[in-house]
Amino acid sequence: MQPIPTVAEGPGAPSLRPARPPGLDTRTLRTVGLLLLPTIGTLAVVSLYPVFRGITLSLRNTTLSSQTDSFIGLQNFQTLLGDAQFWNAWRNTIEFTAVSTLLETVLGLGMALVLFETFRGRGVVRASMLVPWAIPTVVTSKMFGWLFDGQNGIINYLLKGSHLIQANVNWYGSTQHALQTIVIADVWKTTPFMALLLLAGLQSISGTLNEAARVDGASPFQYFWRIRLPLLMPTLLIAALLRALDAFRIFDLPYVLTGGGPADSTETLSTLTYKHLFSGLQFGFGSALAMAMFLTELLIAIGFGVFLLRRLRASGG
Amino acid sequence: MAEIARSHQQVATRPRQRSLRRVATRLLFYLAVAGIVVWSIGPFLWQLNASLQPDRYLAASPPHFLPVPGTIQHYYNVFFVKQFELYIINSLIVAGITTLFCLTFGSLAAYGLARFNVQGRFGILGVILAISMFPQIAIVAPLYLLMSGIGFLNTYQSLIIVYLALGLPLVVWVLFGYFRELPRELDEAAKIDGAGAIRILWSILLPISLPGLVTTGLLSFIASWNEFMFALAFTSDIHHQTIPVGVANFTQLYSVPWGDIAAASMVVTIPLVALVLVFQRRIISGLTQGAVKE
Repeated sequence: MQPIPTVAEGPGAPSLRPARPPGLDTRTLRTVGLLLLPTIGTLAVVSLYPVFRGITLSLRNTTLSSQTDSFIGLQNFQTLLGDAQFWNAWRNTIEFTAVSTLLETVLGLGMALVLFETFRGRGVVRASMLVPWAIPTVVTSKMFGWLFDGQNGIINYLLKGSHLIQANVNWYGSTQHALQTIVIADVWKTTPFMALLLLAGLQSISGTLNEAARVDGASPFQYFWRIRLPLLMPTLLIAALLRALDAFRIFDLPYVLTGGGPADSTETLSTLTYKHLFSGLQFGFGSALAMAMFLTELLIAIGFGVFLLRRLRASGG
Repeated sequence: MAEIARSHQQVATRPRQRSLRRVATRLLFYLAVAGIVVWSIGPFLWQLNASLQPDRYLAASPPHFLPVPGTIQHYYNVFFVKQFELYIINSLIVAGITTLFCLTFGSLAAYGLARFNVQGRFGILGVILAISMFPQIAIVAPLYLLMSGIGFLNTYQSLIIVYLALGLPLVVWVLFGYFRELPRELDEAAKIDGAGAIRILWSILLPISLPGLVTTGLLSFIASWNEFMFALAFTSDIHHQTIPVGVANFTQLYSVPWGDIAAASMVVTIPLVALVLVFQRRIISGLTQGAVKE
């Protein structure tokens, strides 16, 4: 890219600058436009365009294997509403999202409260908490495949040793426990990250409140429920929202650990969509599924947003 | 420190029951700390343990808690049978180039948004951040058609282009935060000295914002290194597939090769874990800025 000259011409120019209203200078506008061009261009081509293309695809019966490709209106969505596989995946996804987000938020808050105290080795503990976050999710899947192996898994061994179970549990190999195993793996991977976010939120709450509460004779419990939690609430809710939106898209864990099985018990909307797209090559129907997901996410975000606003308004007034 | 001193005082002055309770609380607290550490690195250590054990130990009950005597057979298999180094090279190329482009494009955009008083810049920033919330499954099919149309399927560039778009919003956001904190006088003085916009960015702002560049660079590198779905959809042979695809495909016909999988996991995770431990402070600050302040 060419360097853009923004030099003030003449000796008198600098003194004139402050008088000019900002944002009306065409040269500045051009400079900013050029600076933003690579980013906006990339996002337009790789993120915005595909969403619009996805909407049009969802209204067609495009199938790569049979060369059909014509406009069919909302027919894909009609098929979707009567599709048992879709509703099964929808239920699994909602269940996964709700349970994992709740567990990660509560456990994460607990971890954050522990880390908020000063103690020796806190830096090391905090660093170790980044390990689950950094490990590729595909590797996490394999890791939990080994930990929860039905025959030689350490989890079965430990549970049997402490007499919590009598016989080996076939964790991700049974329809009963497969989704639970995926929730556990996700909670393992994401809770420490959640804790670090909440810790940052806790640290931004003023320390003088702490002292004031102590002087006033508040018990630690009172202090937590009456002061810390309400102040942390906005951070907590936003972190939970971001987490829920992310959990709703879960793909890597079920795809690698169970492939959506056994008997579709861990099929999520993302894995189902992926299968329709790249195994069935049904790009039209698959796109309709993806759009349905997009809409549900939007609803979750809006619902959360309204709740958050109400909450903030209530605590503010 | 102050806390410990205070608790000592209290031990000395308060009745014994109280001090017992204090000791119990302290004990519980350290148990919780130990729990967090075990939680965070336990599964990783167990995988490390498995990667060093011969297969017959892995199938034994009770399990072997230490790899004694150990074996490097699994690591040998990973490199000399499965040719895992090819996936690693692919991932290094894809993640490396993605990071370079992310930092270049991202710093230009963040500079434009943070250092000029253009109306609507917060709106633009908001749109960029909102785009990062799009579910990726919704764009994978159209992008597949696009890549196929321009002959980019099964190439590095198909992944680099996608990862660039996925990484950019966070990079712009974090660098925007950095640039905005720097005093405006820096730009003004340079402008008077006759420096252009690019020059101001390159020789003044970027050197001061090096910590921000390290943070965002690491975040985009790790994200590209770990991404699975697009890599699975776009690449189809060992000369272009990245590590997650290689690990996911690690199966045998009749039994699961847990030892080999564990060794492969270690090979791709240890560099990442090392990076994270070295740069933990920067990563945490970048991540929390990316999420908390939104």
